[in-house]
Amino acid sequence: MALLEIKNLHAEVAGREILKGIDLTVEAGEVHAIMGPNGSGKSTLAQVLAGRELYVVTAGEVIYDGKDLLAMSPEDRARNGIFLAFQYPVEIPGVSNLYFLKAALNTIRKSRGEEELDAMDFLNLVREKMKLMEMDQTLLNRPVNAGFSGGEKKRNEIFQMAVLEPRLAVLDETDSGLDIDALKLVSAGVNTMRSPERAMIVVTHYQRLLNHIVPDFVHVLSEGRIVKSGGKELALELEESGYAGLGIEDQEEVARI
Amino acid sequence: MSETTNTIETFANQEYKWGFVTDIEADSIPRGLSEDVVRLISAKKNEPEWLLEWRLKAYRHWLTMKEPTWANVHYPKIDYQDIIYYSSPKAKKDGPKSLDDVDPELLKTYAKLGIPLQEQAILAGVAVDAVFDSVSVATTFKAKLNDMGIIFGSFSEAVREHPDLVRKYLGSVVPTSDNFFAALNSAVFSDGSFCYVPKGVRCPMELSTYFRINAKDTGQFERTLIVADEGAYVSYLEGCTAPMRDTNQLHAAVVELVALDNAQIKYSTVQNWYPGDKEGKGGIYNFVTKRGACRGVNSKISWTQVETGSAITWKYPSCILQGDNSVGEFYSVALTNNYQQADTGTKMIHIGKNTTSTIVSKGISAGHGQNTYRGGVKILKSATGARNYSQCDSMLLGDKCGAHTFPYLEVKNTSSQVEHEASTSKIGEDQIFYCRQRGISTEDAVSMIVHGFCKEVFRELPMEFAVEAQKLLGVSLEGSVG
Repeated sequence: MALLEIKNLHAEVAGREILKGIDLTVEAGEVHAIMGPNGSGKSTLAQVLAGRELYVVTAGEVIYDGKDLLAMSPEDRARNGIFLAFQYPVEIPGVSNLYFLKAALNTIRKSRGEEELDAMDFLNLVREKMKLMEMDQTLLNRPVNAGFSGGEKKRNEIFQMAVLEPRLAVLDETDSGLDIDALKLVSAGVNTMRSPERAMIVVTHYQRLLNHIVPDFVHVLSEGRIVKSGGKELALELEESGYAGLGIEDQEEVARI
Repeated sequence: MSETTNTIETFANQEYKWGFVTDIEADSIPRGLSEDVVRLISAKKNEPEWLLEWRLKAYRHWLTMKEPTWANVHYPKIDYQDIIYYSSPKAKKDGPKSLDDVDPELLKTYAKLGIPLQEQAILAGVAVDAVFDSVSVATTFKAKLNDMGIIFGSFSEAVREHPDLVRKYLGSVVPTSDNFFAALNSAVFSDGSFCYVPKGVRCPMELSTYFRINAKDTGQFERTLIVADEGAYVSYLEGCTAPMRDTNQLHAAVVELVALDNAQIKYSTVQNWYPGDKEGKGGIYNFVTKRGACRGVNSKISWTQVETGSAITWKYPSCILQGDNSVGEFYSVALTNNYQQADTGTKMIHIGKNTTSTIVSKGISAGHGQNTYRGGVKILKSATGARNYSQCDSMLLGDKCGAHTFPYLEVKNTSSQVEHEASTSKIGEDQIFYCRQRGISTEDAVSMIVHGFCKEVFRELPMEFAVEAQKLLGVSLEGSVG
């Protein structure tokens, strides 16, 4: 059984249809890249998988680990192993990164019937994962994403992913706003997370991220539909000919949420 | 956004968890206020002549005063002749000698409120002077405090046993004629707490009083006086919840603090009186005058308050910074939900040289709540080198509530420094979604975000109180986001 099965998924935001029939099957252990021009629906797909209520699913179904994903609340999805690395990580003033992450991890552990980690065990885990991301320790005690640089925010997302160890990670434009060094670092972090039990959906506009996180499959999204699927070579093809080479043009910008 | 609003509404619809009425026969006097009533109260308490005169002076002055209308709160006119000005639980004439003498019903009430009078008080190291309606019924740890020369007990007791101290300081910070509600309190106050910490003594435990309004339609007029003599230190905690009822209840307390040379007083409040129901019916009117005088050099007074209850709050814990180098602090979290209204803040009056004051105010509005910060910083000509820092932050939950800020600054000395910062924010749908995507429930997310917002104030609270305050905030917001 596939870890994730998306069938004929339609979704709209503010009455406007963005996803117009997505079909996608993701097996555990696979990395799928979703590419496409601006406005093609990439981020909408990521948000719908995470359960953002601003997006209304109008048709289709999503089966995750044998369950009806669309019937689950965002927190239930998270507790069942779905992680979204946000394109725009949100700031929470006054709440330390460490406290936030501990609350998240322990909520997830509790929902699985596992014991909550105490402060010491948690700190040890966090230190280990920080090394992986080469994160500055001081970021732990700073409020969640508040005053972080763009690069720090993105690294923080992958760091959280490393701590929460999801079964399905959805990375939404994780490369945007990163310089080449940060991109390498983030990619390296993501690559260490690849495992036969874990699947990833990497949403990106540019091919360059896929030089570092090499996908098993590449899908090209246009006007809310997957118009082409292939192996990693499809990304290279796109790099050369551009979306225009596939006869796809930038679509009208969807209002940023 | 509508999801968040719904969430907020669910939170706002949370019922008051601590509404119940204890069935105790109350010894009340007839409704209304007159010179006779003032005399009767004084007589019931076997007070000395000077105190009666003091009350009468206050009463006569009160008659000439008008209820203030400048606050940003709205409520039906109060009929001061329809209030019962004195009630006490019927007990043996001399009052209980120990906890064994205390009415078991009363103890049960405290237990329901989670007030650990007996064992837990000892475990927590808290001396509790419990005020039930108007009369103190139990005091713990007295002996230990006595050994150190610390006087801590009910106000009436202090009047009997330490009349000179009471007479010296009573009304010296908040004069009988200070304002309408303070004058009323001075005329009819029934009881309260008194604390005196002698020279050089550091009070080893947090002193704590739990107030509770119980008898139906009884105005509650507490009087608290705390004096820290030279080099003394005391931390005082005040916390309260009230039973649910229909009619509005007036509460007009007065708290006076006096800090002499090098003395320090820390006064912390967690207030959770019945706020009224979801439609704004009922609830306590809390019109309180709290003021501290930093009389000595290097003295310090800190007010920390977490206000989540009452239908209407009118309260401005203030500091008169008279001694050179004295320090005044005000840390406040005020939460208004449903139809609650709060007009609260502080006054810092700089008189002495190099006096400093810090104001950190956090207002949270949910439901139809209206939250007003009103602060005054006054730097007199004599206050060379004075400094003030004020920070007022407001957080809105939902789109039917309001936040208002009225800072007043009056600076008469050019060498002083005054800073003011203010911000208003909304809990965003994106913040809540971010938390939920990490597995955290909406309620926990709101509580976490609000707690983050209030952090600077909570860390000023004594440990055990900080935990309680955090819980209280959670409970008060439950259903206001959901």
